Amino acid sequence: MLRVSGLFVVVALGCLLIADVHITTLDPWSELQRMALGFATPDFSAVGDIGWVLVRTVAFAFCGVALGAVGGFVLSQFFHVGPVRWVCAFIRAIHELFWALIFLQMFGLTPLTGVLAIAIPYAGICAKVYAETLEEADLRASKVLAPGADMVSAFLYARLPTVWVHIKNYTSYRFECGLRSSAVLGFVGLPTLGFYLETAFSEGHYSEAAALMIMFYILIASLRYWMRVRLIGLYALIAPFLLGGGVEIQMTNIVRFFTVDIVPSPLRGHDVFAAGVLPDFAGWLWMMLSDMALPGIVATLILTQIALVGTGMLALMMFPLISDKFLGRFGRSIGHGVLVVIRSTPEFILAYIFLQLWGPSMLPAIVALSLHNGAIIGHLIGRFSNQLVLRPDHATGINLYAFEILPRIYGQFLAYLFYRWEVIMRETAILGILGIATLGFFIDSALSEIRLDRAMFLIVVTAILNIGIDILSRRIRGRLHLSDTAQQLKK
Amino acid sequence: MLRGVSMSINDGERVALIGESGAGKSTLISVLQHRYAADTAFVPQDLGLVGNLSVFHNIYMGALQRHSMAHNVLNLVWPRPSEIARVRPIAEQLGLGDKLFSKVGELSGGQQQRTAICRAIHQGGPALLGDEPVSANDQHQSRVIMDAITTSFDTVVLAMHDVELALEYSTRIIGIKDQNIAIDVAADQVTRADLDFLYMK
Repeated sequence: MLRVSGLFVVVALGCLLIADVHITTLDPWSELQRMALGFATPDFSAVGDIGWVLVRTVAFAFCGVALGAVGGFVLSQFFHVGPVRWVCAFIRAIHELFWALIFLQMFGLTPLTGVLAIAIPYAGICAKVYAETLEEADLRASKVLAPGADMVSAFLYARLPTVWVHIKNYTSYRFECGLRSSAVLGFVGLPTLGFYLETAFSEGHYSEAAALMIMFYILIASLRYWMRVRLIGLYALIAPFLLGGGVEIQMTNIVRFFTVDIVPSPLRGHDVFAAGVLPDFAGWLWMMLSDMALPGIVATLILTQIALVGTGMLALMMFPLISDKFLGRFGRSIGHGVLVVIRSTPEFILAYIFLQLWGPSMLPAIVALSLHNGAIIGHLIGRFSNQLVLRPDHATGINLYAFEILPRIYGQFLAYLFYRWEVIMRETAILGILGIATLGFFIDSALSEIRLDRAMFLIVVTAILNIGIDILSRRIRGRLHLSDTAQQLKK
Repeated sequence: MLRGVSMSINDGERVALIGESGAGKSTLISVLQHRYAADTAFVPQDLGLVGNLSVFHNIYMGALQRHSMAHNVLNLVWPRPSEIARVRPIAEQLGLGDKLFSKVGELSGGQQQRTAICRAIHQGGPALLGDEPVSANDQHQSRVIMDAITTSFDTVVLAMHDVELALEYSTRIIGIKDQNIAIDVAADQVTRADLDFLYMK
C-alpha cells in the first residue's frame, strides 16, 4: 500500500512541475478581503428571491433524481445483460453539465434540459448500485415462497424489503448530490442557484452570494427533516410545476441535432464513399486528436493526479476534526460544521470562487477539488476512526495519530480515495468550462463556436477516459485487496 | 449426505424425524421440500422471514400465489381489511395477536419462529414440512404450536429435537443415525428409552 501511495505522490509532484499554477490576478488579497467581508455580512434582504431560487434548485434536483432513480431501478433489473451494463457505464461517465450542454442544443433553455441532465447520469449510477445491492439481498424468504406467486409480488414482498434500507439511504445520498448538481446547472443558464451565484459574484455582490450559500448549507443540513419517504408523493406532485417556464421545444432542433449537428463536418451532406470524403474525415479526426483531445487529456490527467493526492493529504489532515480520538464533543461539533460546509459546496462553485481570486490557472481547480473531496473522505474516515477501540494506555497527540490511528485507517482511506478517483476526473474535465485547459475547455469552446460535432467527439473521449480510470481504479483496489471496503463507501 | 435412503410417507401421517444434530435430518427435509414444493408449506430452520416487514405481511406472504399482483401490491402498501381478518385469527392462535403490525426483525426468536409457522398455516395445503419448528419456544408454547400444526395440516413431517414432544404428537417416528434411517416405527409402539441409542456414540 505504501509503495502505491508513494508512486502516486511522485507522479503528482512530477505533474506539479509541468502544471501551470500561477496566480495571475494583480491583487488577490484585496479581492479576498472584499469576499471575506461579504461573507461576514450576508445580505438576506432579498430573502423572497433567495427562497424561490432554492425552491427551484430543489425542484430540479427532485425531478432529476426521482426520474434517475426510477430509471436506474428499471435498468438494474436488466443489469445482467452486457449491453445494459455498458450503456450505464457510458451515461454515468458523462458529467451532468456536459449532458446539460448537449440538451441545451436539443431542447434549448427548458426545464426538460435540466431534469434530463441530472436524470440520465444518475440513472446510470443508480442502476449499478441498485443491481449490486439486490445481488447481495437475503434470499432466504424468496426460497420458501409457495410456487405460483407472480414475479412482481415475490420481488416486492420477499426481496426488496431485505435491501430497502440500503436503497433508501443510497437514494437520499444521491438526492443530496442532486442538489449540488442542480445548483451547478445554473452556471450554464438554468434558473437554479448557480445562475444567481454567478451573477452575484461577477457583480461583486458578495453579501448576496453569502446569503445564497448560507441558505444552501441550511437546506442540505436540514435534508433529513424534510426529505421523508412519506412526503415523496407530495413532492412528486408539485415539483414539476416549480421548474419555471422556458422556451418552446422545437422538434426541428432535435432532428437537426441528430442528423446534422453532431455529424463530423467532413461527412455532413456527403456520400461517405465519394472521392475525398474519407481522407477529409481522417484529417478531421487527426486534427481533433492532436489539437484538442490529446492536449485536453494530458491536462485533465495532470490536474486529476495532483488533485487526487491533494485530496488524500487534506483528508488525512481533516479527519481528526470529527474523530473522538482527537477532539472532545465541542471541538468535534465545530469540526463537523467545517466539513459540512466544505463538502456541501460543489467543487465547481469552489473552483469558481478561487478563480475569481487567483485568475485562470490550474491552482483554483486543484485547491477546489482537493478541499471538496478531502472533506468528503475526511468525513468518512473520521467516522470510521470513531469505531476503533484503543487500549486504555494508548499514546497521545502526534504519536497517537501516527502509530495507532493512521495504520488502522489507511486501507479504508485508500479504498475511498481510489473510489473517488473517477469522480475527481469527471469534475476535472468539467472545470474546463471555467477556463482551465482540460477537456471541458475544448468542449465548451467547440460549443460556443457552435461546432457540435467537435463537442460530441470530445465528450465521448472524456467518457472513455473516465471508464478507463474506473477500470484502473478497480484493478488497483483489487490488487491491494481494498475491493470489499469500497462497498461500505456507498452508504 | 444421505445414501441409499428410501422411504414413503402416506397421506394423513404425522412423521417426526429425530436424531443427533448432523445426523442428516435437515438434508432429508430439504430433499423432501425440493421434491414436493408444489403442495407443501415449508418452515426452514432459518425461517425465511423478511425482517423489515410486519408480522402481518410475513404471514400474508404464504398466500401471494392466491391473489392478483395488483391486490398483493395494494396490500403491501395498505393492508386490506379483508386480509387482516384472515390473518389475525392465525396470529392470535399462536399468541401474536398484539404483534400483528410489529416488524419481524424486532421480535424475539420464539415469536419469529411462530410467525414462520403462521405463514405456513396461511399458505395451507395438504402437507407441512418443518425443520425444528419449535426449537426456540418453551414447553407450553411448543404444545400450542404443535396443536395448531396438527389441526391445520393432514400430513406433517417435522425434524424435531424434543423426543417427548415427538412421541406425543406423531404417528410415526423415523430415527436417523449416521446419515441413514436407523429406526422407522409407529409412535405408539416405542418409548423414549427405545430411542436413546440414536443419541449414543
